[in-house]
Amino acid sequence: MYLTDEEKAMLDGKEGPAVQKAMDLLVRYGEALGAEKLVDTNNVCGAFVATNRFSRELARGPGGFDAFFSEFNLDSSETVKIPKVKTHTCQLIQTMDPEFWELQGVQKEHLELNKENEAFSSSIGIHLMATCTPYQIGNVPVKGEICAWMESSAVVYINSILGARTNVEGRESTGAAMLTGKIPYWGYHIDENRYGTDLVEVEIEVESMMDWGLLGYYIGEIVGERVPVLNGIKKVPEHDYLKHFGAAAASSGGVEMYHIPGITAEARTMEEAFGSRKPKYAFKYGKTERKKAYDLLNYSAKDPNVDFIMLGCPHASIEQIWEICRLLDGKKVHENTALWIFTPRPIRQLADRNGYTKIIHEAGGVLMSDTCPAIGQFLPKGTKVVATDSAKQAHYLPAIMGVETWFGSIEDCIHAAITGRWSGECK
Amino acid sequence: MKKITLRGRKVVGGCAEGEALVTRDTISGWGGINPMTGTIIELRHELHGKSFKDKILVFPGAKGSSGWSTFFHTARLAGAAPKAMIFTNMTTKIALGAVVTRAPAMTDLDQNPFEIIETGDWVKVDADNEIIEVTKKGETDHLVLDDLKRQQ
Repeated sequence: MYLTDEEKAMLDGKEGPAVQKAMDLLVRYGEALGAEKLVDTNNVCGAFVATNRFSRELARGPGGFDAFFSEFNLDSSETVKIPKVKTHTCQLIQTMDPEFWELQGVQKEHLELNKENEAFSSSIGIHLMATCTPYQIGNVPVKGEICAWMESSAVVYINSILGARTNVEGRESTGAAMLTGKIPYWGYHIDENRYGTDLVEVEIEVESMMDWGLLGYYIGEIVGERVPVLNGIKKVPEHDYLKHFGAAAASSGGVEMYHIPGITAEARTMEEAFGSRKPKYAFKYGKTERKKAYDLLNYSAKDPNVDFIMLGCPHASIEQIWEICRLLDGKKVHENTALWIFTPRPIRQLADRNGYTKIIHEAGGVLMSDTCPAIGQFLPKGTKVVATDSAKQAHYLPAIMGVETWFGSIEDCIHAAITGRWSGECK
Repeated sequence: MKKITLRGRKVVGGCAEGEALVTRDTISGWGGINPMTGTIIELRHELHGKSFKDKILVFPGAKGSSGWSTFFHTARLAGAAPKAMIFTNMTTKIALGAVVTRAPAMTDLDQNPFEIIETGDWVKVDADNEIIEVTKKGETDHLVLDDLKRQQ
């Protein structure tokens, strides 16, 4: 891989041992990819908190958070002192909400470690956004901006809807990028790879959040990592619908980029979406395909007695929170059921101001931030059956937490929260 | 004894041999594996319940969350990583994941590995020399025995 003199100097240790380790990882990673060179970036979103036994042991050991960061964010078994970041850098979703740690079943010592971890991250200049949706709270990349982001649902959002340029990065590559301002030039940085590969003929109306979740889940299942182009979308979707669509397609498959001509950033027409080439694959999405996606998402669910309703994956917008408040409308959550809703902390502040948090609280629900059950690996005590309006959460929870999970509309979910029973169907 | 040779491109250097575990399904890291045991936990995966620990993992590549590398990184620290990886579809997830797993890895093969390698075959991945040697199941009993002896 070609390195500039500046990059060679970093690799030679001229900017200190941490930058040297960071560059060493970027070179190993770039060569694994077959990348020709590195590219500059000034927008990094990654995961910089200790989340498992090994990372906690390192953070609590003699090397402290430097040792943890060296191993998990730079792939360096040797501990190096971590300097301040070189780029704008955001912390993504974390494993707990410090305000609700007891309810989430978090151990006290993990809460303490989280606090110290946040202090460490802050001290080197990592912004504690603590959400899977940085684009909802101010990190809105410009079209063409080279980014180094983790979080598959955010990557597909900024590539497709905003026209920013990022691959799905990982913990180690974002750690290296924030210390060097570099990332391998590859994949979705390059025009050629951003064109559509699959033509999806959408033959039915796609109107609700649930519709968009099902469409995304079906498409991801078919295309894997390719670039789908949707034809037949008649109504401009809300930003929340596209947030859900991308998250679903990135869960059943690995979709990092898609086009909806006339709606997404880089394609006004079908010709622009495919770069004037023919689609490599084509398939349709109608009633049968929609039902198939619904059945796949409800694969694990049998028991209609629901213990837990999870909303806000990806993290909920203020519009979604208001919608939930309207549906709750003076009703109470069933005594055998818990309702937890997840949103970025700044949006929770807005919900507090608007009195929405109070409405949810009075109904018996809880508005949480910073985390989600799949990432934090927590559920209300005794939960065996979950219901959610998120295709992503429905995909991951059965595997991660071993629970049955129902997927449906927001109305189905709120109904289940109030009655304690699932009665959703594929309407 | 007949050996089949494949050539390809080094992703991560080194040389390792062992029993193959083959799947045509892509693998999720976060939500797809238990990194402490190397077990596939995704419900609808054809290897659900099976572990890749100490195997030569032959698979199309990575899918799902960006936590992929962290999970394989953790599997290495837990001693539950594959001995080597052979995959066909390059993505940033699999490239970074293979790098931090620090096990020999190869891709861009001159033949379709899914038509040649089956679960249980004995596979040597010499990534430094960009060569893979496959000994078919049934011809491998003595190799498995030798490996067991070495481990004891």
